[in-house]
Amino acid sequence: MSIFVLIKQTFDTEEKVVLTDGVLSEDGVKWVINPYDEYALEEAMRWKEAHGGTVTVLTAGPERSQEALRTALAMGADDAIHIVPPEGRGTSDDEYIVSSWIASILQEQQPDIIFGGHFSVDQGSAQVAVRVATLLNMPHVSAITGLERTGDSLVQVQRDAEGNAELLDVSLPALFTAQQGLNEPRYPSLPGIMKAKRKPIRVVSAAELSQEAALEPRTERLALEPPPPRQAGRMIAGDAAAQVQELIRLLHEEAKCL
Amino acid sequence: MSCTYAVIAEMRGNQLRQVTFEALDAVQQMASSDDRIIVLAIGYGLQEAVLSLSIPGIAHVYCAEDERYKYYDSEAYFSALRAFVEQESPEVVLFGHTAMGRDLAPMLAAHLRTGQISDVISISQDTDGFAFRRPVYAGKAFETRRFTTQSNPWIITIRPNNFPAFTPENGTLPTHATVSSPAVVALPAPAPSLRTVVRDVVTKMSGSIDLAEAKIIVSGGRGVKSAGGFKPLEQLALVLNGAVGASRGACDAGYCDYALQIGQTGKVVTPEIYFACGISGAIQHLAGMSQSRVIIAINIDPEAPIFQVADYGIVGDLFEVVPLLTTEFRKMLV
Repeated sequence: MSIFVLIKQTFDTEEKVVLTDGVLSEDGVKWVINPYDEYALEEAMRWKEAHGGTVTVLTAGPERSQEALRTALAMGADDAIHIVPPEGRGTSDDEYIVSSWIASILQEQQPDIIFGGHFSVDQGSAQVAVRVATLLNMPHVSAITGLERTGDSLVQVQRDAEGNAELLDVSLPALFTAQQGLNEPRYPSLPGIMKAKRKPIRVVSAAELSQEAALEPRTERLALEPPPPRQAGRMIAGDAAAQVQELIRLLHEEAKCL
Repeated sequence: MSCTYAVIAEMRGNQLRQVTFEALDAVQQMASSDDRIIVLAIGYGLQEAVLSLSIPGIAHVYCAEDERYKYYDSEAYFSALRAFVEQESPEVVLFGHTAMGRDLAPMLAAHLRTGQISDVISISQDTDGFAFRRPVYAGKAFETRRFTTQSNPWIITIRPNNFPAFTPENGTLPTHATVSSPAVVALPAPAPSLRTVVRDVVTKMSGSIDLAEAKIIVSGGRGVKSAGGFKPLEQLALVLNGAVGASRGACDAGYCDYALQIGQTGKVVTPEIYFACGISGAIQHLAGMSQSRVIIAINIDPEAPIFQVADYGIVGDLFEVVPLLTTEFRKMLV
């Protein structure tokens, strides 16, 4: 079984976002594997442990993304591929381009099963993994919260559909995106970390990928701004009964939302 | 040049979800009088939906109706969507940024090798054309994006609860003068691929309202102390016709299902009223709810950071305050 995991390196979710002249400041920021991609990676590891195979992690991003690949290798992944975007901005945040790069690598690799995160906690567009499945002409199920192998090339998955849980049968090869609750990701072990240092990372320049010679972005960012500031409001004093009365009055008369 | 705008409607039971009308509002903002506005509804039992789309200005309502479409399935729905788009060649396709739209839109975008702007909360226009605002880092920042000339069609998913829901009472579509009511057209249901098959759908939390669309959310954090501690929150939500949410702390502690989690991991919500009960206010939680219109924090700890973003703060025991609120609201609303 050839198992692939698509990962992205993102800001830790406890990080504040600091903008300088509309550009995100990366100074002193703690980088992690996108939390949803960690669930994907864990599910891939469990699949390998139960059914055998090799786990390859794949990312597209700047130099620092290799730290995320190293962490994934330390968690037990066997191989890693790093797609290096061309210089200049405007390509690696275009989902059309990133998914085209990834699909062109996966086309040659013939994966049996692909895992990705439901969305990234930074750009949050929830597009790349689903685009990849479509480009590979592969079925996919997004936001899975459970997965079980039910046949040689058959799995049953549970999907979170806004409050409802759907149960689906899916034939492999297929792609799945991981929703929170799918599993509890493991921590890298010390021997795992030591071993990961010796595992090679295959570095692929996006420009080398054989496909439409020049991929043109389909969308572009015009501006990045902080959210409108929110001011601390008023504290309501008194005992519980008085607080509740006052709150209801304020919701009525001041906020006018009742 | 005239454009075709296609809204991909979304069903909940026999009715259209509100986000479909919010997408129509987005169309109203963009379209001009010589454009064409069409709607695609996929499902089983579309009569009520079709009736609610008898809106002047909508040229056609296309119905892909089949028993197989009773529940959402990406393969089956996409084959219907693809047939529709190939037939109508719209220039702009709009979805709700919902479980369905988040899934179908990128499939269509990849298939057509075009651009998609996800999770749009507002649209602006200048001499260069339309620009789309959307949250990034779950609302810790906002970006404005536009489509390049390489994009055709434009694919847009709009975040629920951010555009007003269009109704013929509160607005008119720019195309209303040319078409007084839509023609309803049945589309054939393509044969299923059988690569994915829906076996079962389990409705969790009967009668509950989806967090993304809820006007009122009552959320609990570690302060609720146990799964049973969510009971008073559920009762308040019930009285207010709202939904129950949770912080990561509450989910990690096993008090509730991860499906309820609000934050940078989890769901981002923008209700009219957000009750944060026993939630300290970690950055990752604030990212998911700080764009709510009115925030009410109830916490025993006066130093809790949640009070920094709350419009109204109550320092107190949620197990005392929340049931009192339920009682008072119940009195008011009978």
